[in-house]
Amino acid sequence: MEKRVVFSHKTLPYLLLAPQLIITVVFFFLPAGQALWQSFRLEDAFGLSSEFVGLENFLALFRQSSYLDSFRVTAVFSILVATIGLAVSLLLAVMANRVLRGASLYKTMLIWPYAVAPAVVGVLWLFLFSPSVGIIAVALREIGINWNPRLDGNQAMILVLIASIWKQVSYNFLFFLAGLQSIPRSLIEAAAIDGASPARRFWSIVFPLLSPTAFFLLVVNVIYAFFDTFAVIDTTTQGGPGTSTAILVYKVYSDGFRGLDLGSSAAQSVILMFIVVCLTAVQFRYIDRKVQY
Amino acid sequence: MKFPRLALSAAVAAVLGSAPAFAATDIQFWHSMEGALGERVNALAADFNKTQSDYVVKPVYKGNYGESMNAGIAAFRAGNAPDILQVFEVGTATMMNARGAVMPVQEMSEKAGKPLDPKQFIGAVAGYYSSADGKLVSMPFNSSTVVFYYNKDAYKKAGLDPDAPPKTWQELGTAAKKLKESGQECAYTTSWPSWTQLETFSAWHNVPYATKDNGFGGLDARLAVASDLHQRHLENLAAMGKDGSFMYGGRGDEPNSLFISSKCAMITGSSGLRANISKNAKFAFGTSTLPYYADVQGAPQNTIIGGASLWVFSKKSPEVYKGITEFFHFLSSPEIAARWHQETGYVPVTIAAYDMTKKSGFYDKNPGTEVGVKQLNVETTAQSRGVRLGFLPQIREIEDAEIERIVSGKTTAKEGLQTITTRGNELLERFERSVK
Repeated sequence: MEKRVVFSHKTLPYLLLAPQLIITVVFFFLPAGQALWQSFRLEDAFGLSSEFVGLENFLALFRQSSYLDSFRVTAVFSILVATIGLAVSLLLAVMANRVLRGASLYKTMLIWPYAVAPAVVGVLWLFLFSPSVGIIAVALREIGINWNPRLDGNQAMILVLIASIWKQVSYNFLFFLAGLQSIPRSLIEAAAIDGASPARRFWSIVFPLLSPTAFFLLVVNVIYAFFDTFAVIDTTTQGGPGTSTAILVYKVYSDGFRGLDLGSSAAQSVILMFIVVCLTAVQFRYIDRKVQY
Repeated sequence: MKFPRLALSAAVAAVLGSAPAFAATDIQFWHSMEGALGERVNALAADFNKTQSDYVVKPVYKGNYGESMNAGIAAFRAGNAPDILQVFEVGTATMMNARGAVMPVQEMSEKAGKPLDPKQFIGAVAGYYSSADGKLVSMPFNSSTVVFYYNKDAYKKAGLDPDAPPKTWQELGTAAKKLKESGQECAYTTSWPSWTQLETFSAWHNVPYATKDNGFGGLDARLAVASDLHQRHLENLAAMGKDGSFMYGGRGDEPNSLFISSKCAMITGSSGLRANISKNAKFAFGTSTLPYYADVQGAPQNTIIGGASLWVFSKKSPEVYKGITEFFHFLSSPEIAARWHQETGYVPVTIAAYDMTKKSGFYDKNPGTEVGVKQLNVETTAQSRGVRLGFLPQIREIEDAEIERIVSGKTTAKEGLQTITTRGNELLERFERSVK
């Protein structure tokens, strides 16, 4: 007797897939296609005159020093967000995993920031660090640090980094904690009996077993730094001072929606799309091999 | 059964019969006036709707200036444009060059048989929104300009005469030194750095901000800010920044809090800032005209305006255009324009509204409110009419960024102005090509 359930219906699988496919087409393929089409044209804001200009939008971008600057800023920003974010949350997860009393309280508190919207995160940290009224800014001035992220590019970068990392730490923490809890205790206990120190146990057993989680989080964090930090930057620095916190996605927005230069904005989003595709491919191709599942 | 049916048909007849009375033409009006200003706009529309029964103006708040302009453009592209859209002054060139999308207001009013007269508006206001041949393209509505505010209490403390604000940049420098000596943390700051320190600065000194009459003369205009005078001014600001008498407070209106919290004793900011200061500042303040360099010939000339104007979209029915014309005549009538000016802090846009406010004794009761109008109400020159450049919001961003670099000492005034010119001109070239 056949125990498997067989769906002989030919169209059913397609029907079941349809909602997901429609969403992907409407919200990804169509806009992406439109961006690609737009990126080869020079058009006024109202779409009254439109001209095919080939690769000119792209060439113009690479002649612009501010665009090349934006690459550097994005690289620094996303590397720092990903590495510091992962390191801090791993540390917190390892610590929270060892706590015996009040563990769930710690965990809940650490997960909380994830529920805060990025724009709110930005405003929150902006208040704390506002040069004229923020309590942290005043404290910094007390100890002799001249804090003014409106003029000092490095300070502005530190501000958006703190806000972006703070928000993402919860998410990373959650995954690391789940990863830690899935490591069999017997392995760690066996190592402990063999006389391995806590540090040795961590680096030789826990860390390698966590690597799939860490790898997954690396991809997610880089993508987070590339795109989701937009609201944080928009509410805190608006890309300034100068262009010191204008990451690529922020420039797409400010050229497209504030400047109404659709061709250039579309070309930038095409480049951004290309970079993310490449990054993800590289991550899966090379780093994936070193990860032990 | 007979009676109810009769009653029903009577009711239907009554509804049908009264229908023509409801057939007023709707006029969609998208704006960006929030809070108290939004309430004022709603009141204006309600008052207009009460004065006649043929048209109904429906104001809709569509977010800040950038957002509502984007909303208007998106709606136009979807074939759904509103009838009236409020657009900020830096969007003027974009709107003006969208020839198939907008209906010039003077042309509209002439066709409707009730022409608007550009001469009834304050010179610098009408000039900003007129075509090269002097015809109004959009309807002046809420205009502000840059004025100078100072903290009278801080002046007294520093041994300065609180009734003698600095007239020139030289005097401002001397006052700043005295203020610093009296323990004032920061003497001078400025909001809207690119608008006040480059655009308005150029008009006030009657020097070009861009070639081709600041862009009024054609799309091939290019920036002209890499001049000796602009360089001298930014060098002066950078030097003041170094000795602490000038504090850079950020872009837009962020620096306002520095003045209101009395951290800085002087500020150049929008005339619209006044209401905020009188409500929140805990000190006596004075308003005065902008400082200038005394040795520059022709200075002071006039300031240029900020704020927004009302644009009408094309391809609407003649009935709608008639209604909009009526509404615009209502807005520019002396009583309404004077009330708008007095209640909001924007400058009066018509000369009659200015005279009326003056006669009512408003300026005597509210000293300082007249400064902005006086700065604007003069015969403008080719360099002081305003600025009409495409991609102006981005150019301002480039300028803000370079001013930040100059003040923080990362670059010199000369190099910074050169960068502004090069990068700004790239954008202007792009704009020129995109609207052709």
